[in-house]
Amino acid sequence: MEITGAQILFQSLKKEHVDLIFGYPGGAVIDLYDELSRHPDIKHILVRHEQTAVHAADGYARATGKVGCCLVTSGPGATNTVTGIATAYCDSIPLVVFTGQVPCKLIGNDAFQEVDIVGITRPCTKHNFLVKDVRQLAKVIRQAFHIARSGRPGPVLVDLPKDVMLQKTEFNWPKKIPMRSYNPTSDPNPNHLHLAMKYLREAKCPVLFAGGGVIASDASQHLSALAKDLRLPVVATLMGLGAFPAHEELWFGMVGMHGVYVANKAVNNADVIMAVGVRFDDRVTGKLSSFAPKAKIIHIDIDPTSIRKNVRVHVPVVGTAPKALKGIHEIAFEHMRPEEWQAKHAAWLRQLASWRSEQPLDYNKKDGQNGKIIKPQAVIECLHKLTKGDAIITTEVGQNQMWTAQFYGFAKARTLLTSGGLGTMGYGFPAAIGAQLAFPGKLVVDVAGDGSIQMNIQELATAVCHKLPIKILILNNAYLGMVRQWQELFYERNYCSTCMEAQPDFVKLAEAYGAEGFRIERPKDLEPIMAKALRSSSTTIIDVRVAREENVYPMVPAGAGLDEMLLV
Amino acid sequence: MRHVLSVRVENEPGVLSRVAGLFSGRGFNIESLNVAPTFEEGVSHMTIVTYGDEQILEQITKQLHKLIPVITVDSLAGASVVEREMMFLKVRAEDSRRGEILRIAEIFRCKVIDVSMVELTLEATGDKEKLDAVVKLLQRFGIKEIARTGAMAMCRSME
Repeated sequence: MEITGAQILFQSLKKEHVDLIFGYPGGAVIDLYDELSRHPDIKHILVRHEQTAVHAADGYARATGKVGCCLVTSGPGATNTVTGIATAYCDSIPLVVFTGQVPCKLIGNDAFQEVDIVGITRPCTKHNFLVKDVRQLAKVIRQAFHIARSGRPGPVLVDLPKDVMLQKTEFNWPKKIPMRSYNPTSDPNPNHLHLAMKYLREAKCPVLFAGGGVIASDASQHLSALAKDLRLPVVATLMGLGAFPAHEELWFGMVGMHGVYVANKAVNNADVIMAVGVRFDDRVTGKLSSFAPKAKIIHIDIDPTSIRKNVRVHVPVVGTAPKALKGIHEIAFEHMRPEEWQAKHAAWLRQLASWRSEQPLDYNKKDGQNGKIIKPQAVIECLHKLTKGDAIITTEVGQNQMWTAQFYGFAKARTLLTSGGLGTMGYGFPAAIGAQLAFPGKLVVDVAGDGSIQMNIQELATAVCHKLPIKILILNNAYLGMVRQWQELFYERNYCSTCMEAQPDFVKLAEAYGAEGFRIERPKDLEPIMAKALRSSSTTIIDVRVAREENVYPMVPAGAGLDEMLLV
Repeated sequence: MRHVLSVRVENEPGVLSRVAGLFSGRGFNIESLNVAPTFEEGVSHMTIVTYGDEQILEQITKQLHKLIPVITVDSLAGASVVEREMMFLKVRAEDSRRGEILRIAEIFRCKVIDVSMVELTLEATGDKEKLDAVVKLLQRFGIKEIARTGAMAMCRSME
């Protein structure tokens, strides 16, 4: 039986087990929305801006490991997705984004709401498609999901001209989609695993360095098992937080520009670094010429381009993190007994522990204790205490993100959802919507700044409409705090355009949308009011007035080496 | 250092833009790029000439391979390679100069592919240096127009 392109789209989504889609209708996709109404098993979340449809799908994907899915119209609907797509691309998040397009015969005509979205998103998608023939539609959707989730995951865009959605053909879901040009390597080369093991055996000061790839590939169990059996100290990038429990003694914290002292010292004094699913970006390495000067680097990554892109690598291991870590674990005891591994790095671990106690992650608590001003770090510590670390935390970007990374102490993978690569302000709240829909029973908290939250605050309507009990915790300093911090430290306190004293009354704003609002101004109110707010079953804003000119430390100035940290 | 890359791609819309966009987006150099279908159905072949050190070449090769429609990428640097480029060159050729131009064309084994009262169009084939030499020698007669293909290359048979 012949069915329309619109019907094929939804049949295909069901074949891909999609039951949740974020979107926004418009002229070019009105036929799709007409068809959508006949598929009650696919839940559609109507957002208030297309950018947030993508961030919400992204938050859903990060929280679950599944492919996130969204549907928007042509022209401005499509261009509004670009920031969301680029955010997902930078952090390797699997998404399939469907955009409407003008009818084929109008493409290239500068038609109403026409834009070359395939051209626009070419550099920020893993791949994209324009479907001009309805007979190709099922195959393209199958390929889009396959490409999005396999290898190094990423967003894929499928552009759907309006007339193609009305054309009819037989629905044939391809069983297999052989692609001669796309066959990502998943099995690591055994020789490279043996070489990696040789370096680890000879290492006196090894470091296991986890990145977002560990989380994306669900390898945190493998990582933890290897770290414990070989007694390897573990550090992580921002994207790797949660890959190893922060309460374990082998955990030494986050590396990089706002990494902790001991983690940066560990990397810079290590003789072997085993990096798993990291891409050594500039916020992690600081000045490349002084990064890890003594270390032989073993680099495990699914994407060959990540290897030797930024740092020299002695042992490249291309493959999935679970397979590589398991492979290395299996050969670890061929030449050394378990008790030898347990004893081998004792001196190094003592050294790390002493660096940790020398310069623990800390902040000046005095202003907080005189009863007048709340320290933002204390807010995150309080959040951790009240949630017992068992919450899904999303962040916006800036100081709120760094304090969360530093002070929350993530224990599990997929509990920190943050825009690491692109650094997208306005990401956290819609991502929380995606995560809350994926896990209705979980506590989901967006740690925000007063600047970031205003970038996508319109989604309060979406959250309230779907009765999502998301908590938005605003660290309100009435500044674009991170830029202000740079201006203070490097631009002689020239606070140009970073003061945001003109802001809405967030409590009233919450109420106007039908959400709940709390304001916390005094340190003694912090815990009781936050506890009350976290218990709320509504969408809730918690507006915490914090010390206005607090800085994030440690800090490695841009372009400096990790050994040039500014401390509290 | 100069490198020649031989790239097989799926012959589909946008593939050239993906390859060109990769080079511009990542700041890699392209000296020349040519593309045409091959005998394999649905496959086009590109020859890309680029510059960069070993690390850059490695990145270019890997990044090209990462593009979904790219099937194979071979770096022909260092290998035993045949390389040719074709050029059409239109030059002013009044009666008094035509003989001399034709003698130069003969030395370089150029073909005359078009002729008029005042102009000659030559077809030349060879490596970059040879074509540059043809251009240099004909410059004084007044070159009107040049079209070059950029290099095409292939590994020699290993027998």
